[in-house]
Amino acid sequence: MSAASTVSAATGEITYLEAIREALFEEMARDPNVFCLGEDIGAFGGAFKVTEGLLARFGEQRVIDSPISEIALVGAAAGAAHMGMRPVVEMQFIDFLANAYDMLTNYVATARYRAFLPCPMVVRGPSGGYVRGGPFHSQNPEAGFLHTPGLKIVYPATAADAKGLMKAAIRDDDCVLFFEHKYLYRRVKDVMPDGDHVVPLGKARVAREGSDVSIVTYASTVWKSLEAAEQLAAEGISVEVLDLRTLAPMDDEAIFRTVKKTNRLLVVHEDTRTGGIAGEITARVSETCFEWLDAPVLRVTAADIPLPYAPPLEDYVLPQTSDIVRAVRRLAAY
Amino acid sequence: MARAGTTPARSKGTSKAPVRPSDALSREQKIELYYWMRLTRSLEERLVNLYRQTKVVGGLFRSLGQEADAVGSCFALEQRDVMSPLIRNLGAMLVKGATPVEVLKQYMAKGDSPTRGRELNIHFGDIGPAGSTRGFLGQISPLGDMVPVMTGVTLSFKMRGEDRVGLVYIGDGATSTGAFHEGINFAAVQKCPLVVIVENNGYAYSTPTHKQTAARQFVDKAIGYGIPGLQADGNDVLAVYDVTKQAVDHARAGHGVTLVELITYRRKGHAEHDNQSYVPPGEIERWAAENDPLDRYLVVLREQLGVTDEEISALHDRVQREIDDATDEAERSGPPVPLDALVGVYADPPAEQPLWFRRDADADAYGTERPEGWGTWNASETKP
Repeated sequence: MSAASTVSAATGEITYLEAIREALFEEMARDPNVFCLGEDIGAFGGAFKVTEGLLARFGEQRVIDSPISEIALVGAAAGAAHMGMRPVVEMQFIDFLANAYDMLTNYVATARYRAFLPCPMVVRGPSGGYVRGGPFHSQNPEAGFLHTPGLKIVYPATAADAKGLMKAAIRDDDCVLFFEHKYLYRRVKDVMPDGDHVVPLGKARVAREGSDVSIVTYASTVWKSLEAAEQLAAEGISVEVLDLRTLAPMDDEAIFRTVKKTNRLLVVHEDTRTGGIAGEITARVSETCFEWLDAPVLRVTAADIPLPYAPPLEDYVLPQTSDIVRAVRRLAAY
Repeated sequence: MARAGTTPARSKGTSKAPVRPSDALSREQKIELYYWMRLTRSLEERLVNLYRQTKVVGGLFRSLGQEADAVGSCFALEQRDVMSPLIRNLGAMLVKGATPVEVLKQYMAKGDSPTRGRELNIHFGDIGPAGSTRGFLGQISPLGDMVPVMTGVTLSFKMRGEDRVGLVYIGDGATSTGAFHEGINFAAVQKCPLVVIVENNGYAYSTPTHKQTAARQFVDKAIGYGIPGLQADGNDVLAVYDVTKQAVDHARAGHGVTLVELITYRRKGHAEHDNQSYVPPGEIERWAAENDPLDRYLVVLREQLGVTDEEISALHDRVQREIDDATDEAERSGPPVPLDALVGVYADPPAEQPLWFRRDADADAYGTERPEGWGTWNASETKP
């Protein structure tokens, strides 16, 4: 275990945040082409301290404190990546990806296709709500990028996946958007698997086995779905929870497998509803598994509302465990 | 670094006069500058013919009257350096090693064009390790974006201790973009070995420079980034070479970014379809008659280097022959195969699957149907 982490002496567990930091340390030590750039990531260690300790270990050349310039960060990462470097860009909050939307979608996502330019780079940052962050520190903007061919999207739910997927993302030969859930940063922990722990992109994980209803979800709502499954088990409803882990490429086979097993599908995500990823998953299942379905595919998502700050408002807008329980009951009744 | 005058004085005759970088160019190199400008203009004239024959699939973008700024600036780079052009820098592309046949195939959307028919016109590149590539990076259409990208290219030179310089072109219009500002600022802070050339050709599509900026001149923007600014007459190929070479040497010496403003004039519309109705009467004709970069340089070649009419004529013949050969070769190529459209969005997977309605049989498209048929039961349990 590297010096990057604060391993609990009692359990050997580290947090989701420490797992990401550990992946960054290990990959920078493994490959001199890997470097980090972002706002306040060096001396300060990042707004959430994900990059704490990197500057002291790897120096200013490889841990670059940048101006407040998301376009320049993503653009410069692309240029360096063309030349064989493997940059890891931090968005201080993932909400600011919007500032670099042109650079990501027009430049980076098309580079390999239109010009055979490699773009091995990771853009990572704290994402998501349930933290009273208000409209600009709580977003889940992944759906807009899922719509863009040429980008890969990762959104882990567990600490072990956070590390293993980050290592896979850094080693991938294309641009990976790596969403880190800030609610999970210090709330979930795992013992890291031994050795070089790499979780391949594009492979979903069955987080809980069940036989009556399937929930397909990712990131924070994996945990809410597991809570719901526990409550529903007491009612005699057996719920299978599939954690997608990677949104692009999406593990269609795993989705279809669980649908064919339970014949009832609920898609859950924290992002807003319209044009969201749940709609895309519903369409894929409808096109491919229609005859296996015993009920309509249902969605539990955030309402189509900019995320408000006050706890009663945020809690009302975001999906809660009770919403998932209610939707599963409706599906089970078919 | 001092700001250069728009037309630096000739150094000939007095020992006190400043030595111009172009004084170090050989007679042969100075004739070569004319060759690249002539090749640029003639290749575009050929493209106009092909466009009118509808053999150019998309739009056609001319650099008529701007050949000196593209050629003279790129001539200041070494082979190992990397340049990123804009749409009116065909001349810079040719100097850096792009060939007429590549350009023609791009415009004609051929299957063996540098981008296999994925991109248009001079949007193509060839970059990588020094020595193995020609060192030009294709632009994209959103203007200003190449400034941050070239910041990253030159950041990699700095991080690896490579003796390489980057040069990126933008127009007067792109100085208004956020990407320009963020890119040049980040490069300046990091002291990247980068030269940013602002080609001020008077118009961004139909928008004149006075609606683009309240700055007195574009070179004034340099001071806000804490970097040197140089300015030159963009229609004087040697003056262009001189300022760019200073900026390149500055970058190579580890002193960071320079902003260079080259003042020129766009004699054609934004693209071939543009009738330039927004241009004041007489303006284009005046520039054509009084300030054509090729005409001006021919005078220099004849009067100062003693280049003969026979030499000029032989050079014109060579250019024409090269373009004829390139056209013949490009026309022999076919269009891309449709299925190639699915290849290479990602490294892994290497190709996308055809959508089911583009496959031969529906059965290939979907997984197996539920063998037990329709219903709300589990096959292993009782059926109604």
